[in-house]
Parts: sequence; structure tokens; C-alpha cells
Amino acid sequence: MIQVWINGKEWQVPEGLTMIQAMWHTGHEVIHGIGCLGGVCGACAAVYRMPGNFHLYNALACQTLVKEGMSFSLIASYPTQRAHYDIETIPDAKEGLFELYPESATCRNCNACTEVCPQGIDVRTSVWQAAFGDFKGVAETTMSCVMCGLCVSRCIAEMAPHEIALYARRAYGSRELPFPENLRQRIEAVESGTFDKELERLAQLSPDQLKTECGVK
Amino acid sequence: MTSETSSSSNPYDHLPSFDPEDPPPVVSPEREELLRRYYPDYRPDRKTTLRVGPNKGEVIPDEIASILESRSLLGSTAMSALPEVPDTEVDLLVIGGGGAGIMASIFAQQAGAKVLLTTKLRVGDSNTVMAEGGIQVALGDDDSPVRHFKDAYRGGHFTGEPELLSVLVREGPDVIAWLVKKGVLFDRDPSGNLSLRKGGGTSRPRLISAKDYTGLEIVRVLKEDLMNSGVSIWEFSPAVELLQGPEGSCAGAILRDVDNGTLKWVKANAVLLATGGTGRLHIGDFATSNHFGATGDGLVMAYRMGAKLLNMESFQYHPTGVIYPSEMAGMLITEAVRGAGARMFNRFGKRFVPELETRDVVAAAIIRECEEGRGVRTPSGHHGVYLDLTSIDREMGEGTVEKRFPNIVKLMGKHQVDCTKQPILVYPTLHYQNGGIASDVSGHTSIPGLYVAGEASGGVHGKNRLMGNSLLEVFVYGRRVGLISADEARNRKPFSWHEVSLGHVERFHRELDREFPGTPLSEAPVLFPDYRKHSHHASS
Ligand SMILES: Cc1cc2nc3c(=O)[nH]c(=O)nc-3n(C[C@H](O)[C@H](O)[C@H](O)COP(=O)(O)OP(=O)(O)OC[C@H]3O[C@@H](n4cnc5c(N)ncnc54)[C@H](O)[C@@H]3O)c2cc1C
Ligand code: SF4
Ligand code: SF4
Ligand code: FES
Repeated sequence: MIQVWINGKEWQVPEGLTMIQAMWHTGHEVIHGIGCLGGVCGACAAVYRMPGNFHLYNALACQTLVKEGMSFSLIASYPTQRAHYDIETIPDAKEGLFELYPESATCRNCNACTEVCPQGIDVRTSVWQAAFGDFKGVAETTMSCVMCGLCVSRCIAEMAPHEIALYARRAYGSRELPFPENLRQRIEAVESGTFDKELERLAQLSPDQLKTECGVK
Repeated sequence: MTSETSSSSNPYDHLPSFDPEDPPPVVSPEREELLRRYYPDYRPDRKTTLRVGPNKGEVIPDEIASILESRSLLGSTAMSALPEVPDTEVDLLVIGGGGAGIMASIFAQQAGAKVLLTTKLRVGDSNTVMAEGGIQVALGDDDSPVRHFKDAYRGGHFTGEPELLSVLVREGPDVIAWLVKKGVLFDRDPSGNLSLRKGGGTSRPRLISAKDYTGLEIVRVLKEDLMNSGVSIWEFSPAVELLQGPEGSCAGAILRDVDNGTLKWVKANAVLLATGGTGRLHIGDFATSNHFGATGDGLVMAYRMGAKLLNMESFQYHPTGVIYPSEMAGMLITEAVRGAGARMFNRFGKRFVPELETRDVVAAAIIRECEEGRGVRTPSGHHGVYLDLTSIDREMGEGTVEKRFPNIVKLMGKHQVDCTKQPILVYPTLHYQNGGIASDVSGHTSIPGLYVAGEASGGVHGKNRLMGNSLLEVFVYGRRVGLISADEARNRKPFSWHEVSLGHVERFHRELDREFPGTPLSEAPVLFPDYRKHSHHASS
């Protein structure tokens, strides 16, 4: 058994549990702070410290094992401003960023966001990429963002880097990348009815006939 | 589970050498025999014959029977205490904030309906956000929606509903275009086309993806648009019961605010169930890949109202769930790794099934290996087989795994397994509810005013879903049923709150009392799995 502190209270738990499992083990009902349990939804942001060490760490509680002496709390929700826009009709996608998130140009390079990110994203770089209009760069840098909001909790410029990144990724996908040609052609074919007759015919077949038709790859 | 860890050795200590020789093909009749003997759906153990409700007489897993033949969470006082007026009145109530519910809400609102979306956790906390592998859509030159139809029908063992499938493959490309225009970043090939990859059981490469973050990428975008759409959103407010209106129709639902326990009564002209799957019921004691809220609540509420369910004996046990380290048990390793060339080996380092066979065959083969002593024992006493990704880098170039599956590399790395160098230990994990509430191509259930979309529905995939077809279903039918239900809701004959009741629940209770006199029955919907009580699942 190891000793941990959950929301400031001391508990004994077996080794090999995640933070969330340690909370269950000690009888906590966790509803705020749980989503996927698979490390992708960002519901389970947590903050923790280890003994004899001044560092403040952050993690996803469903993916992080408890360790001897660890003291942790969930930050189930961090208040964030979200811009209101329609990505398809914003007149100028690059300018749009500064209108929606004027603070995005005020990064003070403290790097706290990068240090805090449980996904290991270079958040600071993504903020600069966004400010310089390199939305493709933002897309590559932030693909694994789970929107946990931990970067917001630390930003001295009071930004929401993950919301800025979301805007930049969407602008890149919707406004900068050309629409995929193979998709365009297939939609044209579908809309001109190319497949309708055959699909209708299949849907009319008896189960046995259908089986014969579909049986081979 | 974990207390035993120290007593046995680490399964990574003695890796066999992996023999690359091809595995034996699985042909009839051995194929059927393999499924019958090892696939959980076909085994006779842990099954119950339903005695009450529209699917009476059908044999289904114990865990599903126990939520269907269950009593309401509402005590008798709450049931008789219909308030003077409802808490709110809407055209369309969407229950469930995963992919299907979000799509339906956005489109219904755009069509002019007054929409309330209610969900159990936060919007987007769902199975949808977890999808790794991708979406099937027939875009290749040598591919077509017709081929897609045939593959899906064959993959479903010829049990899917042809009409539902036909809509799925026909509307697929258009709904993907909608996502692309919203800024969803699917992977592109060098010429700017959507990249197409091979998935199990299909005759053509047809999977589009956003690395292995497909669901996350889509949900991030859709959630933002939903939040900005004007749809009313109630989070942490699961539905606990439907409301009945005139002539046995559905007329709304009762929601429970989990923070203060109050009930909210919603009158609605149409109710759309988008409550997703059932993984967290841990059928057959399997670990699961599903999100925390996947407890089959929609099935329970609909069944009480008399909605017919389809293929409720049929579940997908995804072949490759992590089985060790045990704190990760159940977590999915996408099939796309096998599409890319990953191989599976038993304890002796032998391949034992073609890796791109249909999921049920691969899962059955893994269970066979483990039951016949060719599995690798984990410290907690479970068994698994090796899934080796290193062949991907060898065949497709150093760094491919890292580039295509960054999420898996990251997650395994957090648990000290470097899957670019070491194999992953896997065992089937409860993954997908193949069946569900029966519906037509418009999402109509057998109850007027009650609609269904997404994993909660049954029919499209028959008794086996191919990878990538469920996300497509979620977006195609989410949009479609959202629009249709919104339209029908606004044209529904007005009815008054006085015609609303819980008569269907009372009737169902009477049936239970007749059929199970003196037997204590469980209460449902389950809403949240309780791992404080069932500590043996604490790691799944
Ligand atoms: C790990 C994983 C990987 C997958 N990968 C793929 C893939 O690569 N390709 C593919 O096609 N499919 C994949 N699937 C399957 C696919 O993701 C799901 O089938 C699909 O997303 C289901 O969408 P849905 O909207 O129907 O349900 P969900 O996305 O699960 O949403 C249901 C929502 O309803 C909420 N809810 C439940 N009960 C209630 C209630 N009583 N009241 C209110 N709200 C409630 C839930 O909390 C949830 O938010 C995967 C699934 C998992 C779990
Ligand atoms: S960028 Fe911010 S919101 Fe995204 S994962 Fe990192 S800390 Fe969380
Ligand atoms: S925390 Fe804020 S100010 Fe500091 S580097 Fe990140 S974005 Fe810039
Ligand atoms: S619960 Fe979803 S990331 Fe931890």
C-alpha cells in the first residue's frame, strides 16, 4: 500500500492504480472529472505535487498512476471564454483570429502552457504559430489536444491557447486546404444518381439473393 | 487484481521470438465452428430468456436482461407526482451528447425547431470522442457506395437491414463533405485527396481518419458549433424515464440533475434517443473500451415504453483491448494498426489467425488461444496474446507507427510500454453494441414520437459491425433523424400536459410483478457504473 492525498486528505491505496481508480478505491464517487477513461476527452484534468519537491505537476487523472506521497486534486472544469463564429463565413480567416481572440497576440513567452500540457504539446509555439498566421503549423502542433484547459489555468496572458488552436485548425481545414478532389467527384457521382439503380435493386432482393450477390469480396 | 502484481513476473521478461510465417486461413466450416465455440455471443453460458416486454422469449446476455427487466429509478411517489406544468417544453428533446446527438441537435435547430440536448456528463464525453481508427466512406477509384453496401452486408453476416445500409452508403460522402467544410482535418494524401486506408473485412481501402484521433478531432469541432448554435444544453442531466402521451406515443422525458438530485420534466413533441452503447455493463465480465456513461440507458427507457429491440444478443468484442498493464485493461488498440501491418502472436511466437479477418473471427481466435493454453499469462492471472507493431515500421519505414498512431504510442508510453519496440498484450474488449432499438430509415422506433440514432439503434450492422461504419452511421443518421424528427415534431398534433403520464412504466411494473412475483429486481437505467462496489473492474 502507498500513501496518497486526495483533495488534501490522506489515504492508503494499492500500487498500480490510476488517480481515478484510487478515488474509487477510497469510496469517492467521481462524476465531474470523468468522461472517456481513455485519455482523450480531457474531463479529468488534475494537479499534483510530490513530497520534497516544489514542482506543481499536471496530468490526466485517468492515465496517471498514483505514487507514494502524491497529493492530487481534480480540476474538473476551468472557466474559459469561447468565441462565437461560423468558420465557413468569416470574411478573412487570419484577421478573424485577432477579432475573436485579440489576446492571442499577447503571449509573454513564459512557456508555462507548454510545461503544463499533459499531452506534451508545445503550446507556446502553437500560440505563436497562430499569431503569425501559420495555421497549418498549429494543426500539426496541437493535433493531440484533449481540450482539458490546463494550459488556460497557467497562462499569465489569460489566454485560452486550446481555443485559439481550435480556431486555427478549423480555419486551416475549412478555408485554406483545398476541398478534397476524390470526395468532390464521388459526391457528384452520387448526386447524379450513378449508384441509385444498383442500390435500389440490392435493397429489393430477397435475403438469399442478397447473400449470393454480396458473398464474395 | 493489482495486489497480485508483485507475486508473478512481468510478461515482458520472457518474450518468445516471433515467427513471421503466415497464419492458417480461416475457412468454412471451421470458421463457423470457431465462432460458435469461442465468440461470447454464441456461447450458451451467461444468457437469459426475456420474460417481459416486446422482446419476450429472446435469449440475451444476463447483464442486458437485468437492465431490461428492471424497475424504474423513480419511487412510487415521484411517479404519481406529475407537476402542474413541465419544467420546459420543446419541439425536440435529444437525449445524449455524443456524435449522433450533437449532429441531430445542430441540424434540427438549423431547421427551425426548438431543441433541448440533455446529456449525462459533458457534451462530447462519449464513445464518439474515443474513436481512433476512422470512418468508412467509398471514395477510391475502384470503389463505390455499392461495394461499400456489399462489404457491410457481408461483414454483418447477411443480417443487416438493406434499406438502412443503402441510406448509409449513399449519404456518407455528403455528410463527410459537411464535416470537412466545418474544418475537420482528415488525413490527406500528397495530392490533397482524403487518404484511404484498409480496414478489416472490406474489399477496398475506404477508411478516412485524423491520425488516431478521429473521434476527438470531430468532437472538438462539432462541440464548438453546437455550443454556438443556440441549442439549449443541459449537461450532467441524464434522462431517467420517458413520458407517455396520447395513444401510447412518446411525449417527453424526465431528467435527473446529478448535482442536486432534482427531477426535470420535459414535454417534447419528439424525443430522440442518442444514448450510445452498453460497454460499461461489462457483459460476460469483459473489460470495455467504452466511455464512462455507456450503460444502455436508452434501451431501458425505450423498452419500458414498448419499443422493439433488434439483435440484442449481438455485441462486438474488439479483438485488441489492452490486457496488461492491468490499470489500462479494456483500452482499445485500433484495428488500423493491423490494417497497417501489425501482427499477432501467441505465447509460442506463432501467428494464429489472419490479422485482417473480421473482428469476431479474430476475437474468437484470441479467446481460443488463451483457453487452450497458448495465451500469455499476466501478473493478475488474465491471459492475452502479443500484438506486435514493430513490423509496421519494418515494412513501411522507421517512424511510421509514431506518425500514424501517436495516441497509442503516447498512451502506452505513459504506462512504460514502448510499442514502437515492444509488443502490446491484448485480449478482446467489449466494444460495440451491434443491435439496439429497431428503427426505419427515418429513425422512427415502434413508438410514435420516439426516434433513435447512433449506437443505441439496431439494424444497420446486423450482427457484426465493420470498423468505420458506426461513425458513418452516427453522422449520416444523426443528421437525417435530427432533420426528420424536427420536422415531424413541429407538425405534430398538439396535446396537453394533462394527457402526459407514466402509465407505461406502471404497466411495465405490473407485468414484472406478474412474471417475477416476490423476486427483487434491479433498478435501471444504470446511469453510472459503480466501481466502488465492483472493485474487480476498477481497472477497466
Ligand atoms: C474506443 C473506441 C474506439 C472506436 N473507434 C471507432 C472507429 O474507429 N470507427 C468507427 O466507426 N467507430 C468506432 N467506435 C464506435 C463509435 O465511436 C461509436 O459507436 C459511436 O461514436 C457512437 O456514437 P453515439 O453518438 O451513438 O454514442 P456516444 O458517442 O457514446 O454518445 C452517447 C451519449 O449519450 C450519453 N448518455 C448515455 N445515457 C444517457 C442518459 N440516460 N441521458 C442522457 N445522456 C446519456 C452518453 O454519456 C454519451 O455522451 C469506437 C468506439 C470506442 C469506444
Ligand atoms: S493544449 Fe491545453 S487544453 Fe490542450 S491538452 Fe494541452 S493543456 Fe490541455
Ligand atoms: S502560458 Fe500564456 S503567456 Fe505563457 S507562453 Fe503560454 S501562451 Fe504565452
Ligand atoms: S477521462 Fe477522458 S481523458 Fe481522462
